[in-house]
Amino acid sequence: MVKNKKNSEELIKILEMLVETPGPSGSEHLIRQKIQDEIRDYVDEMYTDALGNLIARTGSKGEGGKRVMVSAHTDEIGLMVTHVDDNGFARFISIGGVSPLTCLGGRVLFMNGTRGVIGIERLAANEQPTLAQLFIDTGATSKEDSTVTVGDVAGFERPLLNLGKRLVAKSMDDRAAVAVAIQALKTIKKTANEIYFVFSTQEEVGLRGAITAAYGVDPEVGIAIDVTRTGDTPKGVKMAVALGDGPAIKVRDASFIADPRVIDWMVNEAKAQGLPYQMEVLEAGGTDGAAIQRTRAGVPAGCLSIPCRYIHTPSEMVDLDDLEQCVVLLTGLLEKAIEL
Amino acid sequence: MAKTVETTKKFNPKFGKKELNLLTRLSNALAVSGDEQEVRAIVYEELKEFEASMHTDAMGNVIVVREGSGKDRVRVMLAGHMDEVGFMVTKEDGDGLFEFTIIGGIDPRQLVGKPVVIGRDHVPGVIGAKAIHLTTAAEREQELKVDALRIDVGLGGTKLVKLGDRATFDSKLAVLGPSLRGKALDDRLGVFTIIQLLKNAPENVDLLAAFTVQEELGLRGAKTAAYHLNPDIGIALDSTPANDLPDFDGEENTIHNTMLDSGPAIYLMDGATIGDRRLIKWLSETADAEGIPWQYRQPGRGGTDAGSIHKSRAGVPSVSVSVPQRYLHSAAGLVRKDDVLNTIKLLHAALSRLDKSILSSQEK
Repeated sequence: MVKNKKNSEELIKILEMLVETPGPSGSEHLIRQKIQDEIRDYVDEMYTDALGNLIARTGSKGEGGKRVMVSAHTDEIGLMVTHVDDNGFARFISIGGVSPLTCLGGRVLFMNGTRGVIGIERLAANEQPTLAQLFIDTGATSKEDSTVTVGDVAGFERPLLNLGKRLVAKSMDDRAAVAVAIQALKTIKKTANEIYFVFSTQEEVGLRGAITAAYGVDPEVGIAIDVTRTGDTPKGVKMAVALGDGPAIKVRDASFIADPRVIDWMVNEAKAQGLPYQMEVLEAGGTDGAAIQRTRAGVPAGCLSIPCRYIHTPSEMVDLDDLEQCVVLLTGLLEKAIEL
Repeated sequence: MAKTVETTKKFNPKFGKKELNLLTRLSNALAVSGDEQEVRAIVYEELKEFEASMHTDAMGNVIVVREGSGKDRVRVMLAGHMDEVGFMVTKEDGDGLFEFTIIGGIDPRQLVGKPVVIGRDHVPGVIGAKAIHLTTAAEREQELKVDALRIDVGLGGTKLVKLGDRATFDSKLAVLGPSLRGKALDDRLGVFTIIQLLKNAPENVDLLAAFTVQEELGLRGAKTAAYHLNPDIGIALDSTPANDLPDFDGEENTIHNTMLDSGPAIYLMDGATIGDRRLIKWLSETADAEGIPWQYRQPGRGGTDAGSIHKSRAGVPSVSVSVPQRYLHSAAGLVRKDDVLNTIKLLHAALSRLDKSILSSQEK
């Protein structure tokens, strides 16, 4: 693969726009709007379903073609206010998997524009903090002058950090995949397939958007694109995936076992294109692939994974080469007639 | 969406003799998850007028479709679950003693010393434990596990009790001034509310009522009911804890969940559903416009039938509304009559002003 500087710059620009837009599960309207604007000129049809999934079709079924669903989730983990106390401090619960440890000192941005920092009650020596001990300080001095109330939603706030080969941001899970899907969508010129790009909602709270999107799209084959953990950090989890070693082809995670035909399809395409790839076995976690696989009477489904360090922290790290190779691999998979 | 439909008559729900009688029968019925027949029978009896458009599905849900007469009617699914938490008899030990297991979520500390009734014959029994005279100080510090407890029917109904029979607390609904005390108000209040709404249905909507089964075991009945009904929107009517008693140290209570006397509780998010923002807005704005008190249920864990409904088919915008209740999932919960009436009032007013524009509004 020849590296194209202009493509890299465009990918980073889109990624920056995506990761800096707040959109915790259930509050995906801003991020959905941004994606809509980005892809409008490249799709044959686009609509939003009852759960807020943005569904964009390109191509129609030709000789040997299939109806394919590609799902990248637009939501990110976040917080929802449960109570604002008399002194203006906002208590909250998590939306999706948020660790109290990564909250400490964190900065948050509410969907209504309010900003705040996360503080904590006094801990006993060696006490592990819980979410119930944390609160958001929005600078309010009383319940009355607080600009947030019960039900208001916030995401973590961090700008994209470009470290050259590596990129860092909150919500690389799963905006990195959204960026890959957008770039593939723009690159696909001719295809025999009817491709539905689903920018799904509520993945972090149980693959909920993909469940309804898959039912609606009724695909013949499905691919989720999501981030996966890596085993390449000091004393980290034992796992074969490493940052920078290329797209990861999922064999299984805690939510599903990828269809072996889909795995072969991905491996063969990577080989044909001379792309590096790695096989992924993830012991925890789940992806939209599981929702697609079990819709209606069942669908062959797999997952193309982007290696990512520090998942579900405000500083998730991906490798630029991995991202670009994912775009090339996905484009190749979708352009040709699919034989499983 | 904010348009009032002239043809719909005002509905002012009350707790008259008839309503109290219905709720008493519902609350006192034995319908632990998987054996909801007693409540199903009451629903059928109460809704005779809808017989032609009523059926029981394969799971045991009672489905009633009440079509309106306006144009472009929104098809609204209302779900209230018939089942309650309780017990199942698992083994006969002889001497009138039966081993049992808990169905749904009941704190085992609630069990000791409670009178219960078993099976379709309502065989009376008691969950006994060693008398205080004989326990040691160390024993009294220990929580009694379900394995160590038995239902004792005093030999009376031994022959009528079968393995697999459901059992529940032997509690009768009581009126305590402005309050009601009883078991299984989670979710007989939902069943009660939907019956009232069907009998006073606004003409501008189609009401797709589902009296569901097995909610307490994982929203199971609502899943098949929602698939069958294929509604435009879904509303689960349930009951949720009010943890509104004063804190012992005088600190601000930040985890009340809901409060009695503050009206229907509209859900933002629980463990199973993120409420549809359009529906939350519709309900809260209706309440404000009609002067009906309301509150948010604090975002938290747990789930209602909305958890199944919103994921049905290609997706259904859904929300939950609950009556606040103290001491949920015990032998005696406590609710305010006004909170129940205001819940019915809110639903009726909101349905009366509902049209399809709600589904096309931008933010969700």
